[in-house]
Amino acid sequence: MSVAETSSDGAAQPKGIGAYLAAHLREYGLLFALIAVMAFFQIVTGGTLLKPINLTNLLLQNSYIIIMALGMLIVIVAGHIDLSVGSVMGFIGALAAVMVVNLDMPIWLTMIACVAMGALIGAAQGYWVAYWGIPSFIVTLAGMLVFRGLSLWLLEGQSVGPFPREFQVIATGFVPDILPGGDAMKGIVGTRNFNVLAFGTGLIAAAWVIWSGMRKRARNKAYGIEDEPKAFFVVRTAIISLALIFILYKLATFRGLPNVLLTMGVLTIVYAFITERTVLGRRIYALGGNQKAAKLSGIKTERLTFLAFVNMGMLAAVAGLVFAARLNTATPKAGFALELDVIAAVFIGGASMSGGVGKIVGAVVGAFLMGVLNNGMSIMGIGIDYQQMIKGLVLLAAVIFDVYNKQKG
Amino acid sequence: MQDTLLEMRSIIKTFPGVKALDDVSLKVKSGEIHAICGENGAGKSTLMKVLSGVYPAGSYDGEIHYDGALAEFRDIADSEAQGIIIIHQELALVPLLSIAENLFLGNENARGGVIDWRETNQKTEELLRKVGLRDAPTTLVEKLGVGKQQLVEIAKALAKDVRLLILDEPTSALSESDSQALLDLMLELKAQGMTQIIISHKLNEVRRVADTVTVIRDGHSVSSFSASDGITEDRIVRDMVGRSMENRYPERTPNIGERIMRISDWSVYHPEHADRQVIRNVGFDVRAGEVVGIAGLMGAGRTELAMSIFGQSWGQHITGTVEMHGQPVDVSDVNRAIKAGLAYVTEDRKSLGLILDDTITRNITLANLPEVARGAVLNEHAETRVAEKYRKDLGIRTPGVHQKVVNLSGGNQQKVVLSKWLFAGPEVLILDEPTRGIDVGAKYEIYGLINDLAAAGKGVVMISSELPELLGMCDRIYVMNEGAFVGEMPAAEASQERIMSLIVNE
Repeated sequence: MSVAETSSDGAAQPKGIGAYLAAHLREYGLLFALIAVMAFFQIVTGGTLLKPINLTNLLLQNSYIIIMALGMLIVIVAGHIDLSVGSVMGFIGALAAVMVVNLDMPIWLTMIACVAMGALIGAAQGYWVAYWGIPSFIVTLAGMLVFRGLSLWLLEGQSVGPFPREFQVIATGFVPDILPGGDAMKGIVGTRNFNVLAFGTGLIAAAWVIWSGMRKRARNKAYGIEDEPKAFFVVRTAIISLALIFILYKLATFRGLPNVLLTMGVLTIVYAFITERTVLGRRIYALGGNQKAAKLSGIKTERLTFLAFVNMGMLAAVAGLVFAARLNTATPKAGFALELDVIAAVFIGGASMSGGVGKIVGAVVGAFLMGVLNNGMSIMGIGIDYQQMIKGLVLLAAVIFDVYNKQKG
Repeated sequence: MQDTLLEMRSIIKTFPGVKALDDVSLKVKSGEIHAICGENGAGKSTLMKVLSGVYPAGSYDGEIHYDGALAEFRDIADSEAQGIIIIHQELALVPLLSIAENLFLGNENARGGVIDWRETNQKTEELLRKVGLRDAPTTLVEKLGVGKQQLVEIAKALAKDVRLLILDEPTSALSESDSQALLDLMLELKAQGMTQIIISHKLNEVRRVADTVTVIRDGHSVSSFSASDGITEDRIVRDMVGRSMENRYPERTPNIGERIMRISDWSVYHPEHADRQVIRNVGFDVRAGEVVGIAGLMGAGRTELAMSIFGQSWGQHITGTVEMHGQPVDVSDVNRAIKAGLAYVTEDRKSLGLILDDTITRNITLANLPEVARGAVLNEHAETRVAEKYRKDLGIRTPGVHQKVVNLSGGNQQKVVLSKWLFAGPEVLILDEPTRGIDVGAKYEIYGLINDLAAAGKGVVMISSELPELLGMCDRIYVMNEGAFVGEMPAAEASQERIMSLIVNE
């Protein structure tokens, strides 16, 4: 740290833009990587990537990864890992299928039961990790096998489906346009559809990004917290707000806001708030940063670890419901090896294997980056063999970049 | 007339801000047992690190003459090749390997990478006989007690053709009978002509085996005398502690009030070895505005005592009572201990006290987050205000409170830890080695802060291995040895000699 460059009266002097960029290379790097990858595929696929129908697809395809990445980020920040989420997700899908399709139980009851089951599964695994100190790698590796087997047993090796229409909307439904003016807009922009709610959401989200960013800057200034250079702030905020407006505009001209996007968006905001702004979130970072110091500061580290796994189980259950509804069937193979995609997304998003570091937004962007890679390469007709290799190398590159950056800094 | 095997002349070793060794000389004759005595931090370990090449030639001033020639060791391998072998206090054996595997670790009897086990086992048996062990060479080291492990370490040294064997506190973890066996072995090796250096706090042992004693104090070699001059414990103690007391501690007029905390009958067992009692029926009290010291050597159980009181953070089967203002309080976890008004500033601030990669602000508020939150939501303004307040009050030197603590110096890190605990609002602070690893200037500031705490009516318990520090700071001193309190005295009646003799006479 360049102590000499900053004044000692608390109000940090602005450093050079280069120095700032070097210190925050990771965060900008991730954002620009996403933009670069999207631009690349937009060009090589001849514009297919950002077509409204593909964009909608992209969101639906990655929704369950993102939902689980939220929980996985917390588990990893707390200094652990969960290898069982793919299996748990598949198991919950199977449970939902058996309850709804085979047993004709009401959908609301099924959903509650599934999420409760997810929490229970998380509790069962978290108990051993938190209170017995058994490495999470082992416990969740066992869980991965157990729940894979349980899915097979529950489905008796068969696929179960289809689900009733009301269940499918969890994943494939769209939020109805409750705002007027759609017909008028159709004429103006010249598309067959125009969903005012979706476009309005984009505008509001963009406005919120700008407003909260400016508010934070003002506060940082008042408290002498070092902030990003103004040019960076303007460019970054502009890119994010324009991207939000652009994506939701595209969605508006197709079928509007997918239910899943709404779920994902709300969950992301809630978890970002919990991790960054609450006592609970701070304690999780402290636990991952230095468990012994956290414990000696009066933090109940065992209970927090336990809760991180309960939360992970619940989110895996939500993802399981979305996944089953999207495929419209539950298969014993559902969720196979998906935990690796989730974990990769979190690490690409900047979390550290040793705990204490990582952000919700990073994990979500990391998941999107993986999703765009998958989607773009599929459109290009690249074989699954190359896709796997490329994804593997991207993960390795992201982490090498992290480590290099840390050593240099 | 014996010839000299080792002579270290005017060794000076400086670390940033600290002169660890300042003109130390040591002369070891061939075939003798030479004892080095001194307080914790006097420079004994540093001297041995210079000798063994941990600090290579060029990183210190002065000369080492070994076996009649100027020696300039580049690293440990270099000094070991010349037959200088150190056995450290913490044993360096691999528990899950056999005795034979450990003896020849890095020195295997191998041809082309293939180990000749028959030769290895034969040699091992021979070496074990020399140190008086009758265990099979294939026994796993973890199955041996500490005493036998110590002997295996010596056998390992013998396997390397040792000419100068250095034992650093060899008996500190041994039982009485194991210690005696070890000392006997030392005398036997001496009879075979081996030169040995022993570093020890146990003066009765020094008197028993040593031919010559060199006393080191504050980085100087202060005296050296041989058995013919008469080695007495009194003389060693006097030389160990006899420094001139300068005005290194800020003045304080004690204003001692009511008793705040009282611990009675406190007993604790080792967390892994349920049959090992580590703290034995300890009782003490602290009054408002009072600084109470706990003196003792490393391993006496002081940290274990403090941590077991603070939320049972160490040990098992903890019994005894903690009273605050005459009322028994529940300290069964850290949260309850904090609520009861306790704070514990750890001796190991890097691994137990701080989250190094976090900012100053986030470290300071960690133990009392609800105070800077509305409901469950943190108020970052309030946090920053708190951090700024402590930065001013304690004089934490930093460009800003949003700097990571890993970038601060030791003294400033310690102030961050102190800030964290002050913000938790305790009545009694237990400070464990509060000035360890801190340079002299920052020490004085920390002393000033401790005095401020006492002046504000808090009770302070200060654990320190530096006797002058306790004498300079405390109103009352307890002496601890081997898990029990062996003495209590007002600071006015205390002296280093008195405390030391209480410890060494146990």
